[in-house]
Amino acid sequence: MQPAIRVTELLKSFGPSRALDRVTLEIMPGEMVALIGASGSGKSTLLRHLAGLVLADRDSRSEIEVNGQLVQKSGRLAANIREVRESIGFVFQQFNLVGRLPVITNVMAGMLTRVPLWRSLTRWFHASEYSQGLEALARVGMAERAAQRASTLSGGQQQRAAIARTLVQRAKVVLADEPIASLDPESSRRVMDILSTINREDHCTVVVSLHQVNVAIKYCPRTIALRRGQVVFDGPSERLTPAMLRELYGAEADEILDLPDHISLLQDRRDNVAPLPSIQAAQAG
Amino acid sequence: MAATAPLPLAATANLPKTSWSTLLVWGAVLGLLALSWQGADMRPADLVRDSGNMAKYAADFFPPNFANWQLYLKEMLVTLQIALWGTALAVLCSIPLGLLAASNITPWWIHQPVRRVMDAFRAINEMVFAMLFVVAVGLGPFAGVLALWIHTTGTLAKLFSEAVEAIDPQPVEGIRATGAQKLEEIVYGVIPQVMPLWVSYTLYRFEANVRSASVVGMVGAGGIGVVLWEIIRGFYYAETAAVLLIIIVTVTLIDFASGRLRRTLI
Ligand SMILES: Nc1ncnc2c1ncn2[C@@H]1O[C@H](COP(=O)(O)OP(=O)(O)O)[C@@H](O)[C@H]1O
Ligand SMILES: [Mg+2]
Repeated sequence: MQPAIRVTELLKSFGPSRALDRVTLEIMPGEMVALIGASGSGKSTLLRHLAGLVLADRDSRSEIEVNGQLVQKSGRLAANIREVRESIGFVFQQFNLVGRLPVITNVMAGMLTRVPLWRSLTRWFHASEYSQGLEALARVGMAERAAQRASTLSGGQQQRAAIARTLVQRAKVVLADEPIASLDPESSRRVMDILSTINREDHCTVVVSLHQVNVAIKYCPRTIALRRGQVVFDGPSERLTPAMLRELYGAEADEILDLPDHISLLQDRRDNVAPLPSIQAAQAG
Repeated sequence: MAATAPLPLAATANLPKTSWSTLLVWGAVLGLLALSWQGADMRPADLVRDSGNMAKYAADFFPPNFANWQLYLKEMLVTLQIALWGTALAVLCSIPLGLLAASNITPWWIHQPVRRVMDAFRAINEMVFAMLFVVAVGLGPFAGVLALWIHTTGTLAKLFSEAVEAIDPQPVEGIRATGAQKLEEIVYGVIPQVMPLWVSYTLYRFEANVRSASVVGMVGAGGIGVVLWEIIRGFYYAETAAVLLIIIVTVTLIDFASGRLRRTLI
């Protein structure tokens, strides 16, 4: 089977400092992988490279493929990058929704590559297309918010709308850059649950960068750990014991260990929450 | 003890003081004004000496003569129509030009030349454009529309591009990440962010253009300005007062209405 994500010898420097240092990794379709590391370790930079939002160093052999398609090579974007991005959903820490647009329009943006340009520029979507957007919103529990301006939503709601956009996009790979770092515990749990559901039911490959290792262990079978731009661990999440983390990070380990595990505080309630509405409908649409 | 000790010299250096540079600035301003006295033909004594004449001149304006009010209102309406079309055409051009002039949208070899052309449009007063267009397309309102169009495009495109340069890039990146192309990034990510400012600038310019449109007529470019020019030249002061009052009331009403509109839209 061909990997969903293949990164080879990725080098990225900002001026003299090296943000990513020969990162090489492969992620198979359907995996749910956590990307952990202290702040400044290169998590965002790595994820942004995967979507072609940042270019690797020109004089390097850096190469990135997603879904078997080239994203960038030696610091040059693939010619068909927009086509490649269509299958990559990106979820940002700051949500990156357009605040003045209604939630549904933000979600419909996931469909821009599928409708003719004159329709996308005039925001002319057919009823069947709108119903795909509404279905995606329903799956993240946001259907009743469709007409509201995105800026009037809470952080957790905005993040769920952003995930709905990746559903409309029918992304095969979802990259989430610290999606819960700006959220309260309850919203964090919902967002992680939704990502996990997408992974399970839609067979999306999910890579989620996290600040806290306990969340990674809870949701992701595999973890990749970065330290100063280098991959220092890549394996089963349960091997990330406090001892292991101290070994990997030294004193920095406290930053990833000592944060209160706000998601596990909700563990009891989690079992009482109804499962997400089913997903097959959106797949068929 | 330490508190009562005299401050060391280094510390007093940081205290605010009436510095030489402040005095220098004031001196320079006064010097410039003095140098310009002759060039500007300043004759304050004449104001006092001729005050009797001036009072008589002012008295000639009253009471205003509204006998021709139908003509005045008709021409005032033409003035508003000139302002409306001049502004509308300018907005239409300023949308693409404002985007092209924004450094976060286009590379320097596009935004720099566009900006220079806009600078030129702005640098030349609409009265000058009006004179040029009167020669090109003949006397009448159309010359006024063209003049306002060009000058306003220079102003609005600059304001529009400044609004574009101040946007939050994150939502645009969110759109880009879906695979959207540049035009879609602009329509979904940029335009919604700048819309309130763009609308507000447009209304401001419309207000300004109503004022400008009432004078472009003085060089023959249509509207109330034509009437104004003729009655001033004919020494019809009571009629001049009537026209000026109509202009003041109209401009005030437009400012008020557009101000209200601006506040509801933002
Ligand atoms: N646009 C940029 N310009 C300069 N330095 C950057 C830029 N983006 C990231 N960096 C640097 O790259 C390193 C990795 O940053 P980042 O990927 O944001 O880390 P993380 O997401 O793990 O917190 C940091 O040292 C950061 O300062
Ligand atoms: Mg980050």
